[in-house]
Amino acid sequence: MSLRIVVTVKYVPDATGDRHFADDLTVDRDDVDGLLSELDEYAVEQALQISENSDDDVEVTVLTVGPEDAKDALRKALSMGADKAIHVEDDDLHGTDAIGTSLVLAKAVEKAGYDLVVSGMASTDGTMGVVPALLAERLGVPQVTLLSEVSVEGGVVKGRRDGDSATEQLEASLPAVVSVTDQSGEARYPSFKGIMAAKKKPVQSWDLSDLEIDEDEVGLENAYTVVESAAERPARTAGTIVKDEGEGGKQLAAFLAERKFV
Amino acid sequence: MAEVLVYVDHVDGAVRKPTLELLTLARRVGEPVAVALGAGAGDTVAALAEHGAVKVLTHEAAEYADYLVVPKVDALQAAVEAVSAEGSLAAVLVPSSAEGKEIAARLALRLGSGVITDAVDLEAGDEGPVATQSVFAAAFTTKSRVSKGTPVITVKPNSAAVEAAPAAGAVEALSVTFSAAATGTKVTSRTPRESTGRPELTEAAIVVSGGRGVNGAENFAIVEALADSLGAAVGASRAAVDAGWYPHTNQVGQTGKSVSPQLYIASGISGAIQHRAGMQTSKTIVAINKDAEAPIFELVDYGVVGDLFDVVPQLTEEVKSRKG
Repeated sequence: MSLRIVVTVKYVPDATGDRHFADDLTVDRDDVDGLLSELDEYAVEQALQISENSDDDVEVTVLTVGPEDAKDALRKALSMGADKAIHVEDDDLHGTDAIGTSLVLAKAVEKAGYDLVVSGMASTDGTMGVVPALLAERLGVPQVTLLSEVSVEGGVVKGRRDGDSATEQLEASLPAVVSVTDQSGEARYPSFKGIMAAKKKPVQSWDLSDLEIDEDEVGLENAYTVVESAAERPARTAGTIVKDEGEGGKQLAAFLAERKFV
Repeated sequence: MAEVLVYVDHVDGAVRKPTLELLTLARRVGEPVAVALGAGAGDTVAALAEHGAVKVLTHEAAEYADYLVVPKVDALQAAVEAVSAEGSLAAVLVPSSAEGKEIAARLALRLGSGVITDAVDLEAGDEGPVATQSVFAAAFTTKSRVSKGTPVITVKPNSAAVEAAPAAGAVEALSVTFSAAATGTKVTSRTPRESTGRPELTEAAIVVSGGRGVNGAENFAIVEALADSLGAAVGASRAAVDAGWYPHTNQVGQTGKSVSPQLYIASGISGAIQHRAGMQTSKTIVAINKDAEAPIFELVDYGVVGDLFDVVPQLTEEVKSRKG
């Protein structure tokens, strides 16, 4: 038996940097360092663990859609231990929204061949958390998402989903789309050996024509949503700061009373 | 007037507060038609009518509990088709829970529509509803609209006030044919979260959170005591959750819950970007921290530099005595 896993990852501006918008109200990628989205590291980790715990012949492919620099995200995933990478890059993709991105990912996953797609719970820039569900809808396969625990055995994926009001155990037959949370297990650091090995691993580049996608199906012009304005949130006006000299709790209570919370 | 579909989040017929907030927003855009699914759907009608639902479409079936997400997408799609056949549909609004966002996204794809998630406000516009979102860890506010198809928008809890607005609430049985995909992901067991007796974190008017400075699971008792004196929910920073001191379901921040209460009290929390992302839009922010340089103090309306083990219990006692 073989098991083909495709991990979808995103190259994002560093969340600890000073993120802002470009003139066309897309995310500015030039002025802030980019990196593999932290939440996608958990997806790479779970794919590698599934691979390590399996008796099958498992191949882990990491897939991204993004600009030239997005190769850095692929390289990081390869150095963690993924076997190969696919980079979908095309100038016409600039400004593509979640619906369009899910189309590109679905076509790329199908072209690559897959039994299991593993995604992170959300990106750290857009933070919508909808791409795994969209991907499952497009591929017509089960959606087994937001898992804090995941296992694959005998063509069945199982996992634990910690929802808002309940914890659910889920089960579906492969092929399927899985997403994992930051509770699924600490992601490994690439070893020196892993970093060296990654340099020799294959990275394929595909553009829209390779995926038979028309340019009028993607990009900012064809997005399903329009950002009309983006404004920096005004800095909060400086508050009162007191040093506790033994009465800090009482002073705070007086403030809360003044604001009618008590 | 065009109709607006509102997806109802309920537990065995008890309508959750974010759905009532959605009805307030829906009335700005059109006539609210609620869609209630699963066990207890029929019991939601009175609360929905009281808050403005002109019509309530209901459907009860075991599939909604036994399989993940897709049966609800099938039902909502059926509701869209039913409403569109009789009149015009201005938008579909869904509460912004993890499941709500997944339902909304799949529905939008089926309808050939755009989807906007995590709106914090909604207004009528010339070209359809305009949604306000808070992005990049709440450093920016954007206004967006859906430019293709029927807008599908998810809205965060605490984005609008619950308003009484009695309406007819005419009940209609929704006819749903489940798709082949509906039974793809089986829910083999469900363990409801144990109630703490405190308000739901995302819905609470006051949230009291503890972080690294709380320094141990057992010490969270003093955070809980303050929360209980104020009738508040309890939150925790990622550091406290990763250390195993408090459950992940209570995590406030980028990978946990995003909260926007009237009052947020951060104790022993430094205020890293990951945490700020989840609480920065709170109306009033208060912090207690030993370190005067902690970034959380940049956000506060009132801050106390001091040991939380002194300040928090004193605050709790003072709140109790003031409440008498």
